[in-house]
Amino acid sequence: MAADPILLAENLVRDYHGGSLLTGRKVTRALKGVSFRLDRGRTLAIVGESGCGKSTLARILTMIDPQTSGRLTIAGEDVDIARARPGRSLRRKVQIVFQNPYASLNPRQKIGDALTEQLYLNTDDSAAQRRDKAAAMLERVGLSPDHARRFPHMLSGGQRQRVAIARALMVRPEILVLDEPVSALDLSVQAQVLNLLRDLQDELGLSYAFISHDLSVVRYLADTVMVMNAGEVVESGPRDAVFGDPQHAYTRRLFAATPSADVAAIRARLARRSA
Amino acid sequence: MALLEIRNLRVAFPTAGGLMTAVDGIDLHVDQGEVLAIVGESGSGKSVSMLAVMGLLPPEARVEADVMRFDGQDLRVIPARARRRIIGKDVSMIFQDPISSLNPSFTVGFQLTEVLRHHLGLSRRAARDRAVELLTAVGIPDPAGRLTTYPHQMSGGQCQRVMIASAIACNPRLLIADEPTTALDVTIQKQILDLLSDLQIRTGMGLIMITHDMGVVAETADRVMVQYMGRKIEEADVLSLFSTPAQPYTRALLAALPENATGTRLPTVGAMAKQEAGHGR
Repeated sequence: MAADPILLAENLVRDYHGGSLLTGRKVTRALKGVSFRLDRGRTLAIVGESGCGKSTLARILTMIDPQTSGRLTIAGEDVDIARARPGRSLRRKVQIVFQNPYASLNPRQKIGDALTEQLYLNTDDSAAQRRDKAAAMLERVGLSPDHARRFPHMLSGGQRQRVAIARALMVRPEILVLDEPVSALDLSVQAQVLNLLRDLQDELGLSYAFISHDLSVVRYLADTVMVMNAGEVVESGPRDAVFGDPQHAYTRRLFAATPSADVAAIRARLARRSA
Repeated sequence: MALLEIRNLRVAFPTAGGLMTAVDGIDLHVDQGEVLAIVGESGSGKSVSMLAVMGLLPPEARVEADVMRFDGQDLRVIPARARRRIIGKDVSMIFQDPISSLNPSFTVGFQLTEVLRHHLGLSRRAARDRAVELLTAVGIPDPAGRLTTYPHQMSGGQCQRVMIASAIACNPRLLIADEPTTALDVTIQKQILDLLSDLQIRTGMGLIMITHDMGVVAETADRVMVQYMGRKIEEADVLSLFSTPAQPYTRALLAALPENATGTRLPTVGAMAKQEAGHGR
């Protein structure tokens, strides 16, 4: 595919100011100059362990937090929310799905209202139009329009994550930031949600920034992979290159630590154990 | 003789809609020095059956079994006082979320020595020395200094090490680990799994690993039990389970692992599993 970056980051830096009266002011540099690009219709996986800065990055990409310095371009527009408030149309372009659908849905809001609220806030659609679009979206993510009348507690974890995805898609975004979207789900449900994400990408031409620590999921979904450690990108490249021949020591360590269900590996372990 | 032996365990909870059966006729045994993995998805009853062994279920839970024996003692009729002498000493358990399983209001040292003083009747000084020994054994740097810290001052991985230290404090003969690494990063998970395997080999205790992660099963277990909707679907040694799974549900579970993906779509478990459960009834 021709190079059509929908998301470009150059040297993004993010500092958090912390400390207390006793320790004095302390600056934590959560992102130490991160650069990457995401092409339209593709999936960039951002891999790393807790504290590597991947969630900080997600907050910047979704325009929740500003970068301290560096350049961020979303769909051709320069974004620096500390300087200029992003317009509605720009905000609509990037939506996020969080890890835990039990926490990211309002327990007192009906599913239908959670979906139509997006349109109420962002479009001039009439109430009837909003309801129709919500019903259509519920069907699109594999639920039924009847689910609109239910509350989150009446749904299973996988169904809730489908609702969270549906909610993010209501305003027709171009980029979806997926922050560990399947790590709270059971294996069988995880497979369904991953399949759904794939279908939606093909159908709607979505670009995904997929944040995960689960390498097998990353391998399944990603086109390019970016490995982060302590606020820095230690390695990035096409999926097959990173998985086939990891260059950085940290990447190798991450791969080595990932449990494998490989039969040869089990055989080797049992041999060591009986020795 | 099996260390822990359970036959036809049934656990049900009264709900507004009638009795909800969580565990429906499970047979299980673990020998000394053996690692048994119980694998299943949420709602499969894998934790509930172990909580029943520990006597940690809420009082309204109905627990029935034909046999439930630990080391020859009948756990069904054992008085509470006698059970408390076993639980935490000969059988101990670690849980998924290490940060919330430690008491935030007490220091690590206090929580560790409490176990030792209660079960082994150690003096304050002896308990403290043993606590330092335990923290060393689970790989915590500066163990003596750590005794005075609170759980919130440590990382998740370190809290789980403290949990393990307290679980092995009285040299248990059986350790039940309920999703011990689910809340942890992969590199920390690897360390904790290695630590548990090491301890298991060194002490020869029995180990039950409850997990939903097939990778964790592959890396730790001798024998595997697959559970679904409160029933045992399949039981086999680890190698046969992964190389030649007998049941459709197990096959579906293995096929749903993204690392085993062959095409562009992952096969899903749903339909297959429901069929499976229908057969059992």
